[in-house]
Amino acid sequence: MKKPFAITLDPGSSLANHTGSWRTERPVYVDRLPPCNHACPAGEDIQGWLYHAEGGDYRRAWEALVKHNPFPAIMGRVCYHPCEDACNRGKLDEAVGIHAVERFLGDLAIRRGWLPGKPAGPGAKRVLVVGSGPSGLSCAYHLRLMGHGVVIVDSAKAAGGMMRYGIPKYRLPRDVLDAEISRIESMGVEFRLNSRIDDIMAAMAGFDAAFLAVGAHLARRTDIPAGDASRILDAVCLLHDMEDGPPPMLGRRVVVYGGGNTALDVARTAKRLGALESLIVYRRTKEQMPAHESELNEALQEGILFKWLSTVKAMDEGGVTVEKMVLDETGFPQPTGEFEKMEADSLVLALGQESELGLLKNVPDLEIENGTVKVNSSMMTSHPGIFAGGDMVPSDRTVTSAVGHGKKAAKNIDAWLRNETYIAPEKHEIAGFDKMNTWYYSDAPRTVQPELDIARRGSTFDEVVGGLTGKNALFEARRCLSCGNCFECDNCFGVCPDNAVIKLGPGLRFAFDYDYCKGCGLCAAECPCGAIKMVPESI
Amino acid sequence: MPLQPIKFYQTGTFTVGNRLLDESQRTVQANMRRTNSLNSGHRACQGCGEALGARYALDAAMQATKNRLIAANATGCLEVFSTPYPETSWQIPWMHSLFGNAASVATGIAAALKVKGKQDVRVIAQGGDGGTTDIGFACLSGMFERNDDVLYICYDNEAYMNTGVQRSSATPPAARTATTPAAGAHPGNSFGTGKNVPLIAMAHRIPFVATASVANLHDLEAKVNKAMTIHGARYIHIHVPCPLGWGSHPSDTLKVARLAVESGLFPLFEAEHGEITASLRLRKKAPVEAYLKLQRRFSHLFGEKPDRDTIAMIQAIADRNIEKFGLESP
Repeated sequence: MKKPFAITLDPGSSLANHTGSWRTERPVYVDRLPPCNHACPAGEDIQGWLYHAEGGDYRRAWEALVKHNPFPAIMGRVCYHPCEDACNRGKLDEAVGIHAVERFLGDLAIRRGWLPGKPAGPGAKRVLVVGSGPSGLSCAYHLRLMGHGVVIVDSAKAAGGMMRYGIPKYRLPRDVLDAEISRIESMGVEFRLNSRIDDIMAAMAGFDAAFLAVGAHLARRTDIPAGDASRILDAVCLLHDMEDGPPPMLGRRVVVYGGGNTALDVARTAKRLGALESLIVYRRTKEQMPAHESELNEALQEGILFKWLSTVKAMDEGGVTVEKMVLDETGFPQPTGEFEKMEADSLVLALGQESELGLLKNVPDLEIENGTVKVNSSMMTSHPGIFAGGDMVPSDRTVTSAVGHGKKAAKNIDAWLRNETYIAPEKHEIAGFDKMNTWYYSDAPRTVQPELDIARRGSTFDEVVGGLTGKNALFEARRCLSCGNCFECDNCFGVCPDNAVIKLGPGLRFAFDYDYCKGCGLCAAECPCGAIKMVPESI
Repeated sequence: MPLQPIKFYQTGTFTVGNRLLDESQRTVQANMRRTNSLNSGHRACQGCGEALGARYALDAAMQATKNRLIAANATGCLEVFSTPYPETSWQIPWMHSLFGNAASVATGIAAALKVKGKQDVRVIAQGGDGGTTDIGFACLSGMFERNDDVLYICYDNEAYMNTGVQRSSATPPAARTATTPAAGAHPGNSFGTGKNVPLIAMAHRIPFVATASVANLHDLEAKVNKAMTIHGARYIHIHVPCPLGWGSHPSDTLKVARLAVESGLFPLFEAEHGEITASLRLRKKAPVEAYLKLQRRFSHLFGEKPDRDTIAMIQAIADRNIEKFGLESP
């Protein structure tokens, strides 16, 4: 080629200049652990199923959800959603209404009759599950998905455990409960109801392992001197009778003693049974009450009365006698010697529950502590092959924790049946708020679930909190920040001054071209969700 | 509680693209087949705002003109880092002549195209603030005044970065440069100096003038697109942080640019025939301190004894902009 005057070289592309050699740090794509997932006692991949819901693919969202939790419709109603307390969006405007979307997906699945993937035919191994509460059902579900034969035994007339006999209908309608349990039945799990196991060692015959989840159905008692005509009930029996027996007679004035969620459930139930006055007596203050805040607020709205810093001393025909308490320096309530008499037709004790552990009497070397069964990190008791979970082991005694126990136990039982040890995958680094670039997220208020009109709520057992519609469920899902996980916003691809980010196409995310990446870190700084990390180059 | 109409998706329209958005609502930069007018391998510093701004603007212009585009370039960083003989990063027809004559070269190209009857080929002239506001200013004003069919884009990094960070007429007050050292009673560049070229361009009553920022890609592309629908002289002034000259971290380039906009120091507006027609509202108003603190060229204002008076004078400039350009109007 003939060149112009003073030109000696052919024009070339700057692609010959590999600027990647300038780099001291390199960007890498990571999947960090979203705070919601980290907080979920059931180990759900919340960000993962919301991702599909954001695109309107509810079927895939539901499938991703039930990989970890078989009860989205139940969970969306009764879980106290620690995920939302941890949600990074809470620091921007308001947390994503995760439970509302979960419930929407669960209800949609029931309406459409969706089923999880067909499990493999039962293998040679059989597992006995004692108790059909959330923990037992969850364990059975996961074991069945892994291809094991499962039999659930429960002494009650219907399956569900505390979900049926402890949670009132206005919080969990029974058609929802039945629908999600029957799905597990349709997977080939065998239910033996109305059948009590008195000796687990004998019952184990024909089974390779057992998962115990008998719950905590015995009411803790306290000694209250009572006259002949006084009516004292315990909360567990009362809620049980609401399901299986004739409605309990409580009278016009009901006093509930205790400060947990069960006390609130009973007080709200009493109101619905026609009590004019439903009063909760608690020995500490409102702030110290263990009940969940949202339930307390709903109870206050419904006109439940509270008497703080008081203990019930006695009951007779005319009512109950309470003693006033004061908090000492350590925050512990101390008696004052001041008494007060209050009118009451019945007194309901909601002072906590214990487990009935009689079936374990013949198990050698079983460790029991404070009325609960000790288990190791694999959920196995000190007796090989017998695992336990739910309210009968040390836990915070929520439905969600129980579901988590069931899943964890199932994984460990599966490994144990193969003479292996289950090793949980290593957890990713948490995608904290400081890892996010929130400039890129627009503000939008949380979609508030419509609440049943308070006046109506007082006298019916209709569900209190309503669900989302398809339109606002989509909106709510799209409020998710996708913390720590790429959602293909193209920011890294756009902001690289060196075109060193390669877009791989829809669903395939991106890759770095380290031949040209100078390591400036703009992609990591401008990634909205913290899915890029800068790591030092090795020298 | 009334529901807010669904206006934005998960991340709104602030991100470059979004898998949930319709293709037409995504930026040119989100497109896998964008031109990459300024290709990899260029020698700009890490996190260079100018390299980014040039690709943003030219990719948008290429798409708007269906790849019928010629660019004339002034001397400066953009020319030096992109085209060290015999290599070039440009993937468009591109010409460099002198420091001060980019506007005139572009005028010549436009005239030649007219003679040849190639009216569909469009012309862009581009340069840094030195080549635009100082050295090329007479040529630029001439191009405006004759209403030549050229879009002139100035990438403003507020000093002569290529030659070692010397002051230009676009350097902001109090900024330290090699020629305005942080020493003496009034360290850094003097207040009351410099010029605002977008306003001067408006005084020529040319068809279109706009300011833009690398921190707001959607806005930048919309302005380039609009400019390409118009014939005659057009001017876009793009704010591009320089990590080297400003002493900011390379990964903070867009953060710094964003704070310049959100503090009111760099107002985003557009004007037609000398009249302002639109300005961009602040989204999250920031104090000027947030902007200044990220840059070592302003570090003499902070430290143990912050120079409150000077910071207040800079804040007054931002406040005046917010009022003048209606950056907070509803």
